[in-house]
Amino acid sequence: MSGALLSCAGLTVDYALETAGLESMGQRAVDDLSFDIAPGEALGLVGESGCGKTTVALAIMRYLGRNGRISAGTISFEGRDLGQLAPRELRQLRGGRIAMVYQDPHSSLNPVMTIGQQLMEVPLLHRTRRRAAARELAVRALSEVELPDPEGMMARYPHQLSGGQQQRAVIAMALIAEPALLIMDEPTTGLDVTVEASVLALVDRLRRRHGTSVLFISHNLGAVGRLCDRVGVLYAGRLVELGPLSQVFANPRHPYTRGLLACVPSLADERRGRLLTPIAGTLTERARQAIGCAFADRCAHAVEGLCTSQPIALEAIEGEPEHVTRCVLAERLPAFAVEGEKGPASEARPAAEPVTEPLLAARGLGKRYALGGGRGALEALRGIDLDLERGGTLAIVGESGSGKSTFARIVIGLTEASEGELSFKGKDIAHLAIGRRRRDLRQRLQMIFQNPDSTLNPSHSVGYALERTIGRLHGIGRTQSRADARRLLQLVQLPADYAERLPEELSGGQRQRVAIARALAAAPDIVVADEPVSALDVSVHAAIANLLKELQARHALSLVFISHDIALVRYMADHVALFYRGRLVEFGPAEAVFAPPYHPYTQMLLASVPDPSTPGQRAAVREAGTAVSQEIGRGCPFAARCPWRIDRLCDRVDPPVLEPSDSHRIACHLDLIDLPRTIERTA
Amino acid sequence: MTDISDIAPMSTPVPARGTRRLRLSGAGRIGVGIVLFWAAAALLAPILPLPAPNASDLLALADPRPSMAHWLGVDLSGRDILSRIIWGARTVLTVAPIAVAGATVVGALLGLLAGYRGGLLDTVLSRTSDVILSFPVIILYMIILTRFGASALNIVLVITVTKAPIIYRLVRATTLELSQREYVAAAQMRGESSLYIMLVEILPNARGPVVVDVCLRLGYTTIAIGVLGFLGIGLPPPTPDWGGMVRETYGMISLYPHMAIFPCVAISTLVIGFNLLAVGLRRRARA
Repeated sequence: MSGALLSCAGLTVDYALETAGLESMGQRAVDDLSFDIAPGEALGLVGESGCGKTTVALAIMRYLGRNGRISAGTISFEGRDLGQLAPRELRQLRGGRIAMVYQDPHSSLNPVMTIGQQLMEVPLLHRTRRRAAARELAVRALSEVELPDPEGMMARYPHQLSGGQQQRAVIAMALIAEPALLIMDEPTTGLDVTVEASVLALVDRLRRRHGTSVLFISHNLGAVGRLCDRVGVLYAGRLVELGPLSQVFANPRHPYTRGLLACVPSLADERRGRLLTPIAGTLTERARQAIGCAFADRCAHAVEGLCTSQPIALEAIEGEPEHVTRCVLAERLPAFAVEGEKGPASEARPAAEPVTEPLLAARGLGKRYALGGGRGALEALRGIDLDLERGGTLAIVGESGSGKSTFARIVIGLTEASEGELSFKGKDIAHLAIGRRRRDLRQRLQMIFQNPDSTLNPSHSVGYALERTIGRLHGIGRTQSRADARRLLQLVQLPADYAERLPEELSGGQRQRVAIARALAAAPDIVVADEPVSALDVSVHAAIANLLKELQARHALSLVFISHDIALVRYMADHVALFYRGRLVEFGPAEAVFAPPYHPYTQMLLASVPDPSTPGQRAAVREAGTAVSQEIGRGCPFAARCPWRIDRLCDRVDPPVLEPSDSHRIACHLDLIDLPRTIERTA
Repeated sequence: MTDISDIAPMSTPVPARGTRRLRLSGAGRIGVGIVLFWAAAALLAPILPLPAPNASDLLALADPRPSMAHWLGVDLSGRDILSRIIWGARTVLTVAPIAVAGATVVGALLGLLAGYRGGLLDTVLSRTSDVILSFPVIILYMIILTRFGASALNIVLVITVTKAPIIYRLVRATTLELSQREYVAAAQMRGESSLYIMLVEILPNARGPVVVDVCLRLGYTTIAIGVLGFLGIGLPPPTPDWGGMVRETYGMISLYPHMAIFPCVAISTLVIGFNLLAVGLRRRARA
């Protein structure tokens, strides 16, 4: 492509692995990568962790660490080879013509400088020497990223902004020098889903207005689908597929791309009740060094000898000249369709179950944390009424700070509720801390934690963790519990000899499997899973979600599944509770919650979910006003963001509970008939 | 369903645990070398062909400087300096590790307790340690040792009391952080006792920073023992003691500098050895 803004040709990056030993190993992070970005174009790069996405960004910015080296290839920007530039010219380019936005806005901003000072630094460095002019530019940039009260924002410090506002400020900082190329490395990964949607929409508007090119790096296919014109898929540092977004998503020709698309749950109805299709295996060191296809050992279509024996070139696909893929079988693969096996849950549970007494029932549950220094109390949870049926899955959905983890901790007893009751099999356990719970109660309620890095004690072997749980909760001797531990490992589809391993010798997904085994070791009635997959790679999500579903069906478990991922919730749950700022805004059977009428918050949430199956859609989402966590007082918690807000009512009076159908409850001041009925999406 | 999607293939070699634990950076290795040198000297002191550390060679006093008979010369009483330094290593390398071990055990246990339990206990312990740490150490040493007498036991006790608060703070902070880990919640869920959680779940994971700090403390304690000897409140004479050796001879430093310099070199090398070891261990802990 002539006239490209940025052009990578044969880019190869190696890292020297730092080992104190004599053998110094090199690792190829990016291998012979070529792509172009035209002026005004947005290119997405996707792949799992470790596939080299971030390295590409760092190589372009020449920010590779001391151990990183561009071993081959060139990167040219506006026709100039970046490798030939003097350090001074490079500095002018960075932050001037090329700007970068990193994943974590919190660490991109200097906490001791105001937003204004940080923004003004850029023009003072690159464009003007006059402070007044710089200030003017900064204010304009802040209003361009649609931050409220740009003048006031200038004087604020980063901690006074919410995560979404911080990322907007970082974007303002990137755009203030009017760069020709904006590199974004997972810019929305740490943000709540509604905030992510609004930030993506903003970037899309800005790049169209200014004709800025964007290199967007993400593991989230949905997010890429929202923003990009073209998408490249990286695997083991090699480009395996590249083409216009619509062609790659509709007609993926590389098995890895297909796997990525198939392993994400979708909101679309027809996939309900089917198992997700995970990508088997992990990226290994050996696969990285393969002569042929690096993906062959995980690929269902791989042909022995054909795929691995010779290097495979990127080739255009017949009929789609701009769509290239690195697969010898590309033309022979069957047409792409997302289809999974029929899941066990869908057949196990008839739609209308006879109403039994719920296994777990919360009534008016609330939690206040006393703030130090007599500053009153923080209300983390208030007035929660919900039920969990025997054998059912209750999903709790909410943004960070919505109180969903507090609820989980109350169920398990890691925190005591301050008001209301939580009855388990008819007994109130809301005020019973873990230390005062009897053994049989502890054994019946188990938890799977969010963070695979800290869920297992790094000093203890996998086997020890499982045996100790069995031994303590069932009073079983060592030999018996050893055998049980091995059986449990097989149950979560890990080899039994993993019992000898330490957590550091396992991948994140494997650790989460062990955590599931540990919860099952107790033989519980209820398992509370607090964001069990959110820290894992996309391709592993499906495997863990499937495992949970399968084990639930087999062991008649009841599951409390806490997540911010709506599509995954849709896939897992039969009842859904939506939390917002510590309050329950909607509760009901999944079919009812995901169908109209919606609570305004539910509608916004559904509209923000990026869905790779329907790329190109843009959501209209409003962000929370301020980061300053307003106290949960009277009134609807969602009032500040609600497009339907009725002034002087919603923000003052607690909303009444509407019941559109049996056991479906929506807390809203709108009349039932006025509740939103469509998921508003603007093109 | 037989997906094993996130299972690494068995071919990925897992480095053997033992070998990885022992690997140290360059600085760390030099540290190990120096410390091992002094440890060997201390251990072998009785069998090395040296004159007794307290035997006077009055003839050598005619010219106390280093010679073939006395490689590092003799001191004002005609005692062989090399022999006294090597026997002195024995003293330092006995007193310092015992004192640091005492400080570590006391500090770590109280730190675990305060960090895990919190509340009033934490407040009392933390304020007490602040009070101890706010005293100028030397003055504290002088008050206690002149009051109770200078003996090996008292030196160990004094150092335990003054160093334990440092270890206490470190372990308390680490414990506060580790208590929030999910595996601690998991242990509570299966009904483990507080003692088990502190000693089996938390302590092993606080080991890294504590080991590094112990090496640093060993270095500082070596200095402290030297200072005590120099002030004359160290081990009672005629025990060979590096600080004491400097004290006895520094008056003659312009005439016979070797008498004071060699013990000083001994102190410095051992301290540097411990510090390099700490640097190496810290680097490894971070990697």
